[in-house]
Amino acid sequence: MKALLKYRELWLLAGIVVLISLISTRFPGFADPANLRQVFNDTSILMILALGQMVVILTRSIDLSMASNLCFTGMVVAMLNAAHPAIPIPVLVVIALLVGLVLGAINGLLVWRLNIPSIVVTLGTLTIYRGATFVLSGGAWVNADQMSPEFINFQRAALLGIPVLSWIAILVIALFFLVMTRTATGRSIYAIGVNPTASVYAGIDVGRTKFIVFCISGMIGGLAGYLWISRYVIASVEVANGYELNIIAACVIGGISIAGGIGSVGGAVLGALFLGIISNALPVINISPFWQMAISGSAIILAVVLNARGERRQGRIILRKAEAA
Amino acid sequence: MDTTAHHGTANERAPASAPRLTLSGISKSFPGVRALHNVSLSLYPGQVTALIGENGAGKSTLVKIMTGIYQPDAGEIGIDGEATTLPSAHAAFGHGITAIHQETVLFDDLSVAENIFLGHAPRTRFGTIDWRMMRKNAREVLETMRAGHIDADARLKDLGIANKHLVAVARAMSIDAQIVIMDEPTAALSMKEIEELFLLIEFLKSEGKAVLFISHKFDEIYRIADRYTVFRDGEMVGEGLLKDTGQNEIVRMMVGRSVDHIFPRREPQIGGPVLSVAGLSHPTEFDDIGFELRKGEILGFYGLVGAGRSEVMQAISGITRTSRGTISLEGKAIAPKSAADSIDAGIVYVPEERGKQGVVIGLPIFQNVSLPSLARTSKSGMLRLAEEFALARSYTERLDLRASSLSQDVGTLSGGNQQKVVIAKWLATAPKVIILDEPTKGIDIGSKAAVHGFMAELVSQGLSVIMVSSELPEILGMSDRVVVMREGRIAATYDNKGLDAETLVRTAAGIAA
Amino acid sequence: MTDTPAPRRIPDRLDKPLSSAIFSWEALLIVIAVAIFAVNSFASPYFFDPWSLSDLTFNFTEKGLIALAMALLIISGEIDLSVAAIVALASTLMGMAVQAGAGTPVLVLIGIVVGLGCGAFNGLLVTRFGLPSIVVTIGTMSLFRGIAFIILGDQAYKGYPESFAFFGQGYVWWVFSFELALFLVAAVIYWFLLHRTSFGRRVLAIGNNPVAAQFSGVRVGRIKFILFCLTGLMSGIASVLITSRLGSTRPSIAQGYELEAITMVVLGGVSILGGAGSILGVVLAAFIMGLVTFGLGLLNVPGIVMSIFIGLLLIIVIALPIVWRRLREGRFA
Repeated sequence: MKALLKYRELWLLAGIVVLISLISTRFPGFADPANLRQVFNDTSILMILALGQMVVILTRSIDLSMASNLCFTGMVVAMLNAAHPAIPIPVLVVIALLVGLVLGAINGLLVWRLNIPSIVVTLGTLTIYRGATFVLSGGAWVNADQMSPEFINFQRAALLGIPVLSWIAILVIALFFLVMTRTATGRSIYAIGVNPTASVYAGIDVGRTKFIVFCISGMIGGLAGYLWISRYVIASVEVANGYELNIIAACVIGGISIAGGIGSVGGAVLGALFLGIISNALPVINISPFWQMAISGSAIILAVVLNARGERRQGRIILRKAEAA
Repeated sequence: MDTTAHHGTANERAPASAPRLTLSGISKSFPGVRALHNVSLSLYPGQVTALIGENGAGKSTLVKIMTGIYQPDAGEIGIDGEATTLPSAHAAFGHGITAIHQETVLFDDLSVAENIFLGHAPRTRFGTIDWRMMRKNAREVLETMRAGHIDADARLKDLGIANKHLVAVARAMSIDAQIVIMDEPTAALSMKEIEELFLLIEFLKSEGKAVLFISHKFDEIYRIADRYTVFRDGEMVGEGLLKDTGQNEIVRMMVGRSVDHIFPRREPQIGGPVLSVAGLSHPTEFDDIGFELRKGEILGFYGLVGAGRSEVMQAISGITRTSRGTISLEGKAIAPKSAADSIDAGIVYVPEERGKQGVVIGLPIFQNVSLPSLARTSKSGMLRLAEEFALARSYTERLDLRASSLSQDVGTLSGGNQQKVVIAKWLATAPKVIILDEPTKGIDIGSKAAVHGFMAELVSQGLSVIMVSSELPEILGMSDRVVVMREGRIAATYDNKGLDAETLVRTAAGIAA
Repeated sequence: MTDTPAPRRIPDRLDKPLSSAIFSWEALLIVIAVAIFAVNSFASPYFFDPWSLSDLTFNFTEKGLIALAMALLIISGEIDLSVAAIVALASTLMGMAVQAGAGTPVLVLIGIVVGLGCGAFNGLLVTRFGLPSIVVTIGTMSLFRGIAFIILGDQAYKGYPESFAFFGQGYVWWVFSFELALFLVAAVIYWFLLHRTSFGRRVLAIGNNPVAAQFSGVRVGRIKFILFCLTGLMSGIASVLITSRLGSTRPSIAQGYELEAITMVVLGGVSILGGAGSILGVVLAAFIMGLVTFGLGLLNVPGIVMSIFIGLLLIIVIALPIVWRRLREGRFA
C-alpha cells in the first residue's frame, strides 16, 4: 500500500530508463549525471504542476485553469517586482501563493457550493484568468530589463550544486508525499475518488475536501507562476498558453486515472519527467521541435491504452474456489 | 447454534433494561412524498430488533435519519435517555451508530485496515497517520470477531461480499459502536456465510450492542431477532416480541390484508423444446451447461448466490461470450454476440439489477418501454410517438402500472412499478423466450403477486420462461421444472412434482442426502 | 389474486406544453439573446445593419457546425477535445494538395475525408479499447496538430484556387452567406437526428444509462463510433470553410476552437454529464456567443478580453438556475 510506487509506476520508471538509454546511443552525453540534473531542473515546474493537478484528478475532478492561473499570478509578481524591486523574493513567493490560492478558491467555491461540474467551471476560469492578465497589464509585457537581479537569480542559485528551482521541486514532492500518505485529508482525497458515496457515510465532507483540493492546485499554480516567470524571464499574456494539456498529459502518463481514486505522487513525477526527457532530447538528437507535440500525443495515447489494460476488470471466477470457503 | 440458549437470553433481557436508542414521533417528507409519519422505534442493548416492511414503507429513510444523512422534519431522537440531534453522518458515527448496507459502502481500492479506520485512524505525535498502529489495531479487531483469516493489508476489492460485510462490522467494532444497523445483510450471502453472520450477530448481542436487523426473510427474522417493528406506507403499524407473534400476523400488518394464494394456480400446457443449450462453457464462469426449455414452461434456475446462473443467462443472451457450446432456438442454431442479436432472435433477458441494468432513469416511461422496439415503432428511422405511446399503454395497462402519466420519468416510480416497466419493455418485443433474473427481488408483496400472475399469463399464451431465483417459495411455487446449479456447473434437474425445499438446498450446497 | 379491477387508464402526458416551454432553458437563452442584441444595438451605431449582422454570423457558424456534432457526442456521455486539431490537420493536408495542384472539388473532398478519418480514429480508440474519451482526445489533439506542425513547421500555405474561396467568403442570397446557409441546414438535420429519429433516441438512452441501454439491445459501441465520426466530419467541413475564408493555412489555425465549441454546447443546455439537451439550445447559444464577440469587436475590445466575457457568460448562465432555485427554497448552504 505504498503511495509512492506501485507496479504501474515501476513500469514507467523502467520505460524512462529505456528511453534514456536509447537516447544516449545517439548522444552519449545524455545519460551524464550533469545532463540528467539539467533535465530534472528543466522539468521541475511541470512536476510541481502535475502534483497540483493530481490531487484534483484523484477526486474525480479536473482543473483546466492551472496554466491561466500561472500566467496571471506570474504577471502579478512580475509587475510588483518591476515597480518595487526592493520587495524581498520570499515575500513575492508568498504573494504568488496567496494570489494562486484565491484563484483556486474561486474554482473550489463554484464546485463546492454551486455543484457546477469542474470541467465547466475551469473551462470558464481558464479564459477569465488569462483575460484578466491582459486587463491587469494592459497588454504590456514585463521583460528581463524590468525585473530585479534577485528576482531572476533566486531560483538559479546553486545549493550543493543543485539549483534552487530543483530544490523547490524536491520540497514540493516531499510535502505532497507526506500529505497524501500521512494525513487524514490526503486519505480522504483518495477515498472520495474511490467511492464518493461511502465517503459521505464515513463522515468525510466531500464538498469541502474538493474545495481544499482546488485551493491546493491554485497555490501550485501561483508558485509555478513565479517560477516560470523568473525562469523564462518574461511575463506576458501568452505565458503557458495551452500548457494545461501538458499538465494533464503528465498525469495521464504517470498512471493517474481520470476516473479518480488511482494515482500516486511518484507517478505524477515520473509522468512529468517522461515528457521532460522527450522535450530535452529532441533538440539533442536533431529532431525538430515541431515533432514534440506529435510525440507527446502518441505517448498519451499509449499510456492510456496500457493503463486501461491494467485496470481491466476480470470476469467472475466461479469455477474454481477463489476464496477459502 | 443452540436455539434454546437464544430464547433464554431474550427472555431475561426483554423489558428490564433501558433502550439505547429511541426515535419518537419522527416524520419526514420529500417534495410530493410523505416518507415517514409519526414513527417511533426503540433499540435495546443486547437485543436484535427486526424492522419489517414492504419496499417504499420508509425503512431506508429511517436508516438514513438514524445515520445522520437526513434530518427529520419532526420528532425526537434519544441516545441512552438523552435527547440528541444527528446533523451529519459524522455526528452519528461519533455517537456510536453504524450501519451495514446491502451493497457494501466501503472503499475497494483501499486496504482492509484503512477501511476499518477511515476517518478515525490512530495518529502519531505529529498528527500524521500511524500506519503500523492502524494495521495492528485492525488485526486485533478482526481477531475479536473471529475473523482473523482476513488479511488486514489486503485490498478490499479482492474480498468476497461476505468478508466485506465482516470488514464493515469490524469498522463498527473499531469505534465500539453501540448501535449496529444491518440493512438486508444476507442479500448476497451463501447459506454458510449467513450462518457465520448470525454467529457474529450473537457475538454483538453478547457484547451488549443494540442491533437493528432489516429483512423480509421471515425464517431469518425468527432465527435471529428478539423483537420486531412493522412499517407500512411510512407509518409504524405494529411492534412486539417475536416469540408472541405468528408469521401470518406480521404479514397482515405489513400488507394490510391477509395474503393467501401468493402463487397463481396454473394448468401448464407444455409443448416441445424451444431452446436447447449444450456444452456451453466459459473460461472462468461456468462449464458444460446443457438443458432444454420447452414451450409454455416455466423453468426455474436455483442455486446459491455466485453459482453462475446469471452468467449462463447473460451468455445465452449474447451479453458475454462463451468459449464453446451451442445454443439453438426452435431448432435453429444461434450465436448472439450482443444483446441486440439475441433480442432479434427472440430471447430477452431481464437483468437482476433493475436500477443499473433495467430502466433508463432520465427517460420517460413510454420511451423506456419502446427502447428495444424502436425499429418496429419507427418508420425508416423516424420516430412515431403515437405508436410508441400505444405500445406503452397496452403493456403497462396489462401489468397494472401505477403512474400518473406515461411521460413521467421512470426514476420517480417505486421499485415494483419500475420492474413492471422493465417487463413491459421486454414483452413489447414479442419474444419467444423470456429470461427473468431474480424478478421479484426487493419488491413489495403486492407487486410480487402481480409479476407472478403475469408470468402465468405469459406461458399460457405460448411464451417460455426461464426464472432465475434464490427464493425457495418462488422456485417451488412457480416452476414446472427446476435446474440447480452449483459452482458453475449443473448439479441436477428436477421435475416439480413432490419436490421439496430441502432437496433443492442440499443439491445447491453439495450436501449428500 | 384477488378480484381484478378494470385496467387503469394512464394518460400519455400530464403537463401543459406551454408552461414547460416558457420555463425552459431555450426560453432563457432567447431572453439573453434578445437582451444582448438590444445592448449591442445601443452600444454601437454600426450594429443594426444587414451586412453588419451578416458579418456577425461568421463569428459562430464554423464553430457552430462543430458544436452540433459535439452536442450529440456529449449527450451520449463522451467528449472530443481534438476537434480544433482535426481542423488544423485537414487544413494542412488541403494546403499540401494545393501545392500539388489540386482543384477545388478535390480539396473539399480531402478536408471531409481527413475529418472523417480522424473522427474514426478517435472512435476506434474509445469504443474498441474502452478508453475514456477525455484523455484519448487530449492525446489525439496533440497528435493531430503535432502532425500539422511536422508538415508545415512555422510556414503557411497559400495559393488556394479562387473557386475555393466561395465556401468561406461567398453568399447564397443577399446577406446570407454560404456558411450561414450551411449552418442552418446542418442545424435542421441535426435537430431531426436527435429529436425525431430512433438513432437520436438511442443516443439519449446511452447518455442516461449506457448499461441499461446495452441490455435493451442498443448497440452502444456502434453508435458512439458513429458519433465520433460525425464530430470528425463536421470538423472537416468546418476546416474547409475556415481555410476558404482565411485563404491560407497555418498549423496554429483554429486554436482554442474546441473550448469554444464545448462552451456553445454547455451554454446551449446540454448537460456535460450526458443524457439531455436540445439542438435549438445549441443554436441559440452559438448565436449568443456570436453576438457577444461581434458586439465587443465593434467596440474594439481585444480578443483576449472578449474571452473573459465568454467565460463569465458560461459560468453565470450555468449558475443562474441553481442560485435561483436555492433562493426560492430559502437556503444558501
